[in-house]
Amino acid sequence: MSDLEGGAPEEPGKAEQPRGGGDYAPSVAGKLAVWHRAGGVAVPLLTTILAFFIGGLVVLVTTGKNPLTTYKAIFEGSGLNWFLEVGSYDIRLPFSETRVPFPWNTNDFESLAAVNLQQTLIIWIPLVLTGLAVAFAFRCGMFNIGGQGQYLAGAIMAVWIGSSLPGLPGIVHILFAVIAGSLVGALWAGIAGLLKAAVGAHEVITTIMLNWIAVWVGVFLFGLGGPLQNDTQPSVPVSNDVLEEPKLTIFWGDPVLQGLHVGFFVALAALVVYWITLNRTTLGYEVRAVGFNPEAARYGGISVARNYFLAMAISGTFAGLAGALDILGWQFRINTNDVTITSLVAFTGIAVALLGRNTAIGIGLAGLLFAALTVGTSTRNLDPEIFRPELASNLTVMIQGLVVLFVGADVLVLYVLHKLRLRKRVSA
Amino acid sequence: MDERPVLELRGITKRFPGIVANDDVSLDLRQGEVHALLGENGAGKSTLMNVLYGLYHPDEGEIRVKGEPRSMGSPRDAIDAGIGMVHQHFMLIPVMTVAENIVLANEPTREKVLLDYDAAAERVRNLSETFKFKIDPEARVEDISVGQQQRVEILKALYRGADILILDEPTAVLTPQEAKELFEILGTLTREGMSIIFISHKLNEVLEIADRVTVLRRGRKVETLSAKGATEEQLARLMVGREVLLRVEKGASSPGEPLLRVEDLHVTDDRGLEKVRGLSLEVRAGEIVGVAGVDGNGQTELIDAITGLLRVGAGRILVGDEDVTGVNAKHSLDAGLGHIPEDRQRRGLVLDFSLAENLALHDYDSRPASRFGWLFPKQLVARARKLLQEFDVRGGGPQTRAGGLSGGNQQKVVLAREIDRNPSVLIAAQPTRGLDVGAIEFVHRRLVEERNAGRGVLLVSLELEEILSLSDRILVMYEGEIVGEFAPGASEEELGVAMTGGGRREAA
Repeated sequence: MSDLEGGAPEEPGKAEQPRGGGDYAPSVAGKLAVWHRAGGVAVPLLTTILAFFIGGLVVLVTTGKNPLTTYKAIFEGSGLNWFLEVGSYDIRLPFSETRVPFPWNTNDFESLAAVNLQQTLIIWIPLVLTGLAVAFAFRCGMFNIGGQGQYLAGAIMAVWIGSSLPGLPGIVHILFAVIAGSLVGALWAGIAGLLKAAVGAHEVITTIMLNWIAVWVGVFLFGLGGPLQNDTQPSVPVSNDVLEEPKLTIFWGDPVLQGLHVGFFVALAALVVYWITLNRTTLGYEVRAVGFNPEAARYGGISVARNYFLAMAISGTFAGLAGALDILGWQFRINTNDVTITSLVAFTGIAVALLGRNTAIGIGLAGLLFAALTVGTSTRNLDPEIFRPELASNLTVMIQGLVVLFVGADVLVLYVLHKLRLRKRVSA
Repeated sequence: MDERPVLELRGITKRFPGIVANDDVSLDLRQGEVHALLGENGAGKSTLMNVLYGLYHPDEGEIRVKGEPRSMGSPRDAIDAGIGMVHQHFMLIPVMTVAENIVLANEPTREKVLLDYDAAAERVRNLSETFKFKIDPEARVEDISVGQQQRVEILKALYRGADILILDEPTAVLTPQEAKELFEILGTLTREGMSIIFISHKLNEVLEIADRVTVLRRGRKVETLSAKGATEEQLARLMVGREVLLRVEKGASSPGEPLLRVEDLHVTDDRGLEKVRGLSLEVRAGEIVGVAGVDGNGQTELIDAITGLLRVGAGRILVGDEDVTGVNAKHSLDAGLGHIPEDRQRRGLVLDFSLAENLALHDYDSRPASRFGWLFPKQLVARARKLLQEFDVRGGGPQTRAGGLSGGNQQKVVLAREIDRNPSVLIAAQPTRGLDVGAIEFVHRRLVEERNAGRGVLLVSLELEEILSLSDRILVMYEGEIVGEFAPGASEEELGVAMTGGGRREAA
């Protein structure tokens, strides 16, 4: 390439060293990489703000109401205002009866915000896990669109195990259901990984196809006359309920009012595991090498095919885990409607991974944003005076769509910023 | 030659974040001259030309064409000013004919919509004859040689009315024969009144073709001097800023036992073509065996097969006494091979990895880099710090992204990784491709050192000069076979004949 990509002095030597550093390469690809890096935190933030701004315009046009009022209502609906309710309260330590002082109000009957926040965090769990499912494959250079199928596979497995085997001790039952759900998710994604490794079938195609297979297997299993349809109501296409023992412990909030289950800690741990696996294990090293440059990985002695398979399987584990936790934590059953339309959590997971830039912290934060939006715009929370409920949940989907669009175009945003800066310099 | 400058660059300064790529560079081009722009990689040659061609906007400075100040907002402005640029990587459409490619975006039309193909071909034929290009306008671009494709690019510029041509490293992709033809064409062009800026870092060709030479170093102009009377040593000193050894000093070799043996090797590439046909060779301890040949005669496949990256059709490969035929890349590296790949950006480095991570590419899964699958980044960094110092890698530390280094420093990282594993045989494929004088000197010296330390070195290169100056034995490869073995004293002409199959035909 000679010095088309030049700019880097071969020898920043003694006498006439150029000012400043020296390993900057102004090739097109180099520039994009540098912009990407420079835009590390700023761009996702900008993207989000832009999406909200345009969403606000839509609110203004369609309802004629002040968008800020709407956003304030969504914020309060999401329960994030709970963090503003500072006082002197106490909290019960998990798994014990001891109470310790705590700055925020955890008494659900007093605080609506606490209840809302629990709902937000319940949604946060699968969003983070399906986000990780997308991100891990992405780090290996693959685009896993199949989170929904893997999530469903895990959920189906968990509901089957959770609703059968009465008499098993709770903790064993939970572990069995969660591990089996994760493994089925791994298997489901592993099929796509195997196909890519063996015959080069593109993972985008295969994972989409596997999504549909999972959906219709679910419809078959829980539909009328299906093998896993419930035993008591033959006219309702729904599974049996999960038994009491394998339900996950609620550690915050009222179990009857859908409090926050311990899956929250599993999702937190998954974020840590994700980071450690990628950055502190040889497996992660291989996955990243293959993701950045498969040819160099092969030259280095790394099996590219093996890593395609493993990375997909690990991705699927995260998604399957999400499905199992949702079933054992708060859904307790699946009906065919959930399978086909309503449960699209894993697709939001793609947006979470994109906005979170495939980093652990980013995914945690992006998950919170989307969870808050989902809960904050649910019809239960929004005052019809402020905002028409029909538009409410659509606004969420719209903002999600806008974020994905802008994330996809962030290179463009950076380019425009760069041009603007140039123009300023020229005119100055 | 007319003394009136057709093009003047005055005090061009171009800054990028963290670096001044061009610092107050001035240059004037006289009508009918070949003006060479010489400098190491990263000296700012391409930046300067991109400024001239409207791809970058200078922060300071002025461009004058035929005495008039011009603002180059885009390549379109440059073309309107009569400037044509031939990039190193051609921008041609392979499935279209020569004529179609040349008239693209400026097509002669009938009724304003239909392409008048005959008129296009006719115009191209006229141009081609005027400048003695010997090119068939009806040929499809994918069917003609690289040298001819380059001429198509030059014709394209002329067709658009250029009388100032910028050629960016034009000989990098050519065989010695094709380069000679190019120089003849350039002679014709300048006699017809064209003015040419010739970008290069090859000293001999600059002296051969140029009338004047401007040397850039680290973004600044060092000097403009007449090529007549200048020497390679003088130019090298101006480029690098210190004395440079252009020839490697090495003693006689004392080869020991064979370390790498290839016996009757057959290799088929991805498309099912047999690229290596019954090749045998041997590399002994303490010798450099050079494999010369024109690009595409099976050198790449030979190396990939030896290093376990391409499946062996038939034959045997032995490293020491170990049979490594058909094993994977990891196994053949472990058997004692070190491999400097021909494309360091595509294969030799993970550009988005840090230097520390790149240096561990073969050893990340063994101690001390890792244990039980657990990676120790501190170990990687410590090892990198040691190696970067030992191999004099500049421009970054262990945590620097490999893609941020200059080509020469990237190659030093590859070299460090391969040599540090203490291989018995070092396979170097085009180890100095795209490097500048200073880096080439380093790589050559290091290869000779490794040979003196008792390793076997298999050097595959398209640069005859490199083969001649480093090798203890020279093998010539043609159409997948070794067609001749030469002593290091062989002349370029002898090798050239063998490289084009001449030797084989005579022997047959």
